[in-house]
Amino acid sequence: MTLGELPVGKEAMILAVNGRGVIRDRLLDMGLTPRTRIMIRKVAPLGDPIELSVRSYALTLRKEDANNIIVEAAEA
Amino acid sequence: MILALIGNQNCGKTTLFNQLTGSNQHVGNFPGVTVDRKEGIVRRHKGVTAVDLPGIYSLSPYSGEELLTRDYLIGERPDAIINIVDASNIERNLYLTLQLLVLDIPMVVALNMMDEVRSNGGMILTQKMSEALGVPVIPISAGKNEGVDELLDETVRVARTHQKPRIVDFCGGAVHRTIHSVAHLIEDHAERLNLSPRFASVKIVEGDNPLLTKLSLSENEQETLDHMVSEMETESGTDRKAAVADMRYAFIEKLVGETVTKPVESLQHRRSVDIDKILTHRFLAIPVFLLIMGLVFFLTFGLIGPFLSDLLGTAIESLTEITRQAMMGIQFNQVVISLVCDGIFAGVGSVLSFLPTIVVLFLFLSILEDSGYMARVAFVMDRLLRKIGLSGRSFVPMLIGFGCTVPAVMAARTLPGERDRKMTILLSPFFSCSAKLPIYGMITMAFFPNDAALVMIILYVGGILSALLVGLLMKKTIFRGISSPFIMELPNYRLPSLKSVVLLLYEKAKDFVTKAFTLIFLASIAVWFLTSFDWRMNVSPDGLGSMLSGIGQVISPVFAPIGLGDWRVVTALVTGFVSKETVVSTLTVLTGSSSASLPEALAAMMTPAAAASFLAFSLLYTPCVAAIAAVARETRSKMTAFGMVVFQTGFAWSAAWLVYRIMSLIS
Repeated sequence: MTLGELPVGKEAMILAVNGRGVIRDRLLDMGLTPRTRIMIRKVAPLGDPIELSVRSYALTLRKEDANNIIVEAAEA
Repeated sequence: MILALIGNQNCGKTTLFNQLTGSNQHVGNFPGVTVDRKEGIVRRHKGVTAVDLPGIYSLSPYSGEELLTRDYLIGERPDAIINIVDASNIERNLYLTLQLLVLDIPMVVALNMMDEVRSNGGMILTQKMSEALGVPVIPISAGKNEGVDELLDETVRVARTHQKPRIVDFCGGAVHRTIHSVAHLIEDHAERLNLSPRFASVKIVEGDNPLLTKLSLSENEQETLDHMVSEMETESGTDRKAAVADMRYAFIEKLVGETVTKPVESLQHRRSVDIDKILTHRFLAIPVFLLIMGLVFFLTFGLIGPFLSDLLGTAIESLTEITRQAMMGIQFNQVVISLVCDGIFAGVGSVLSFLPTIVVLFLFLSILEDSGYMARVAFVMDRLLRKIGLSGRSFVPMLIGFGCTVPAVMAARTLPGERDRKMTILLSPFFSCSAKLPIYGMITMAFFPNDAALVMIILYVGGILSALLVGLLMKKTIFRGISSPFIMELPNYRLPSLKSVVLLLYEKAKDFVTKAFTLIFLASIAVWFLTSFDWRMNVSPDGLGSMLSGIGQVISPVFAPIGLGDWRVVTALVTGFVSKETVVSTLTVLTGSSSASLPEALAAMMTPAAAASFLAFSLLYTPCVAAIAAVARETRSKMTAFGMVVFQTGFAWSAAWLVYRIMSLIS
């Protein structure tokens, strides 16, 4: 599934970062690389963007960009 | 000797800069507060200069900040780099470190926020980390000034002895081999550009096309390079950019695993999560934001500001009277007394009395910014700003615009994407700057004394609504296209340091006072001169036949439809081009009143409807010369700045006309 589809509060692991160009480079630079564990902590009041917990810090990005990140939900 | 401070945003870089130099520079917690590089002489060491550069996450060539830092490091080659690493967020911080290492410049890693890490029960084996990275690693805590001296001594030593980072191989495998071979391939080209071949190689393998063009490889070399890269991509099973990023993070994970004992839970992080339960809450976030801004405005304009301003105004008033009496006592020339009391004292004094209000506003804005709240505001408001084609990050420069348009325009530099930057710059003057406060204060005092806070809120909200309207218009016309990405760190909340807040306020107050005694001083004299004499240099006692009245009368027909036909009002607005504070000082001088008697004089000159129109026009018309210059500089286009002046003045006229008509109907 994509990161955009991941329910809030559920841990997952990144499988791939798709998309291209500046946005993708930025995502990789910020530590969203394959095999990284992440969790969606919160959705902004207006429904977008989302707040992620990654590499023990908080990162915010938009849902449309989150949909380019393929994740696998961790076993409960 | 020059030491460059490089690090991520929010890593405490500017705090360290303040500790090193004792310079009074702004510390911010919102990503990208440092918009320009700042220099300061380092204490204790002779001839050592520290340079504070924008906070960056990577050395990729995409954002303006990163390019600026990169160009600086490569072009000016500082004697040493101090790479500040937030020890409480170490993995992502080290990502930049790995890129800096290959630049081949002497470097020291400063592990900042070590106090937080320790108090949370964490530990870092700095010696082992230093061996793994090939550069000295010094634990510090910039906020508490711990380890800073040691860091400085070590950096100076490294710089003196030209101790370059020992070459560390970040990994084995395909990526490593490729970087190695490419470095050999492009060695001559890189050295011609004064680049470390290893740095150039990593960048090329990553896919840095601007750099590739600069290297001007031969066709053969280009082919070999392409071949190497595609082989690496096949072998690592991913594309070049991801492969290199992955290599770096893999190395970091291994390093951190060996040297860092992470705290089970960080107190600061826990606290931030708790605070955000309210501040970015689903339903509470926006009401709380409005409440906070409302409170800031109420305290600034309703409570503390006016109280202190009144006090100062009264003091200046009595000083003026004492001076007048003293000068009359020794029978000074009447014209000179008039120059001193009605020109300089009245002009400078009327502006100076607003100093407390402005300082209070900046106090609140800087607390909101330094604490990390502004980043949350960007998070909460992103969706809204996207409607006009911007991102949440644009909101911060706009809020800074409430303080002053000049830093707001400069803060827009941190935005990714030319389109967002330009649009934010052009919209920031609609966020009413603090220099316009004296105008609002003067009018409300004269016409709406019982509804002062309400009028203020209407004005500020009116400015924001105008920005939205104009933004929508821009999106539909000259700024079509999509907004740039919104990928931003939400830093932990931190208590702003008293030192940095005090330093900032001192700087703002100093700026304001300096302006009052230079620009406003000169403007007051000029206005006094132009009103006191006619074209034949005869004293014009009531100002009616004066030069300024002549000029004002020529332009005033343009302003008659919006109820501002009085030449004195028109003249005051024209001088507002120089600075907004001058509007008040000019009116004070022109009406021959003092800051206490000005309200009466105004009431005699304008109807309430005209006063409202005056407020609307002042809110929206052209920003001051300093702001226009900043716009021209930041957009690199004089035409843009000129267009903005014309558009805003036209827009202001139309809005004032509307306000005047409506108010005339009501009253």
